[in-house]
Amino acid sequence: MASTVAIDGLNHWYGRGANRRQVLQSVGLTIEPGEVVLLTGPSGCGKTTLLTLIGALRKVQEGQVCVLGQPLNAAGRGARQRLRRRIGMIFQGHNLLRCLTAEQNVQMGADLLKDRSYLARRDLSRQWLREVGLGDHLNKLPHDLSGGQKQRVAIARALAAHPQLLLADEPTAALDSTTGREVVDLLKRLAREQACSVLMVTHDPRILDVADRLVRMEDGRLFCSVG
Amino acid sequence: MLIRQPVRLFVALAGISFAGILMFMQLGFRDGLFDASVTVHRRFDADLVLISPRSTSSVRMAGFPKRRLIQAMADPQVEGITPVHWSLMLWRNPENLSTRSILGLGFDPEDPFFVNPELSQDSQKLSLKGRVLFDQLSRPEFGPVAEWFRQGRTVESEIGGNRVRVAGLVSLGTSFGADGNLLTSSETFLDLMPNKAPGSIELGLIRLKPTADPLAVQERLTALLPNDVRVLTKQGFIDFEQNYWRSSTSIGFIFTLGAAMGFVVGCVIVYQVLYTDVSDHLPEYATLMAMGYQLKTLVGVVVREGLILALVGYIPAYLAGQALYWFVRDATRLPVGMDLSRATTVFTMILVMCMLSAGLAMRRLVDADPAEIF
Repeated sequence: MASTVAIDGLNHWYGRGANRRQVLQSVGLTIEPGEVVLLTGPSGCGKTTLLTLIGALRKVQEGQVCVLGQPLNAAGRGARQRLRRRIGMIFQGHNLLRCLTAEQNVQMGADLLKDRSYLARRDLSRQWLREVGLGDHLNKLPHDLSGGQKQRVAIARALAAHPQLLLADEPTAALDSTTGREVVDLLKRLAREQACSVLMVTHDPRILDVADRLVRMEDGRLFCSVG
Repeated sequence: MLIRQPVRLFVALAGISFAGILMFMQLGFRDGLFDASVTVHRRFDADLVLISPRSTSSVRMAGFPKRRLIQAMADPQVEGITPVHWSLMLWRNPENLSTRSILGLGFDPEDPFFVNPELSQDSQKLSLKGRVLFDQLSRPEFGPVAEWFRQGRTVESEIGGNRVRVAGLVSLGTSFGADGNLLTSSETFLDLMPNKAPGSIELGLIRLKPTADPLAVQERLTALLPNDVRVLTKQGFIDFEQNYWRSSTSIGFIFTLGAAMGFVVGCVIVYQVLYTDVSDHLPEYATLMAMGYQLKTLVGVVVREGLILALVGYIPAYLAGQALYWFVRDATRLPVGMDLSRATTVFTMILVMCMLSAGLAMRRLVDADPAEIF
């Protein structure tokens, strides 16, 4: 089976002309199906940039990036947008839609599965909310949920679209240690059940043990891989 | 998304309604005024009319020889004719003795004249000299004539220094040119307006046989009669009058401009509301894009928002429009009313307005860069 993510010789710059600054320097990384990889490193070292490149949110400037079998080097807007449907994303903030209930938020993810009927998608979103332990909070607005609950809704939303790759950018940053732990464990368990690869950026040393592999980044270079 | 922000929703709806009301008002006034200018014209019992080519409108009707109307009888399809004298007169208010211009029509009391028979039934009372029928829908500045008359008083006044007595009331309605109307016999008319030549009339009404084709007869009469008269169909006569007000005065332009202003104001308000709304929710739109939603799905959301605003904003505008029309009818006695075509026009305008603003607000959406949200 092909790697979920295959990156080789990836360089990336921000800015133009004299202000041009290299943020990624010949990065190479592979993630196998079902693998949970943690990416750590100091702020501003390019972790998020790498994540957005893998998530097909940015255009690749130089190097080889292949995600879920789709080369991204020359992929246009449409191709990247289609690929994004197969990637789940969890953000630092929960990024839920403020005006929708928990259930509707998850359904926004489930709605990306075009081949299912409306009712099937609704059942799916309810099932996912139960899965993350929020079966009793279906009709609450994000405003009325605690931080951990919101992040769990975000996980349910990301997984509802049956992604093969889950990208998470500091999902525990806004949470206290116990909740953070719970959320990460949940994330890992569900990803395992789905055979979904996970790439998680984190600063949080308490959750490093969930990783199959640790990758460290400094000044735009990937340093060491701990097996 | 607006539902969670009642204040902004209210502002948006108020803006749309306001724009709608403005448009209703301006268009209503315009159409009402144009309609009003032909209230009398519509009531004439005629298929064709003769006027002088020098006449420009109801306030400036020139005379032409009465002979021309009699000549028109030569056409086999013509069934009857009625000569009409038509002029503005100075009516003295019997209460405070001020004078004011009133539209006077003089005709032979024996001849049928108006489509509505109830208007003609009193005409016998005009066979006495110095008698007039007063339009009870005339503006109050002419004095409480109708009121006094109904109370059974003898209402007398002066026109151009001649004493006249009100013999009855009719209902015609005011227009641009005339704040009031009165009907009288040809004989009295000529007494009141001594400078008018007896052989000259201002309007000739021609009634055709029921089977006749007005356009064909119009053509024949135009060929037959010398060019000191114009032959018009009744509709042509109405158009002639409306055209004058539309093109020779600035009234139509002013009201159309007013409606356009309403449109622009509405556009600005809706654009502002939608733009801020999209801006506020930009991270959420970006999130949806990051999840793999297409730009056009998001555009659809904004379009729907605009559509809902248009629909919901139209309802109060429509109701307020109705109320205003009622108020205006009451105050000015102009025939301003809600008709289907204007209701549709304004709705279309509001819809276009909302869609236009939504379209402009969407340009903000393009800025939603999914990479920025991490």
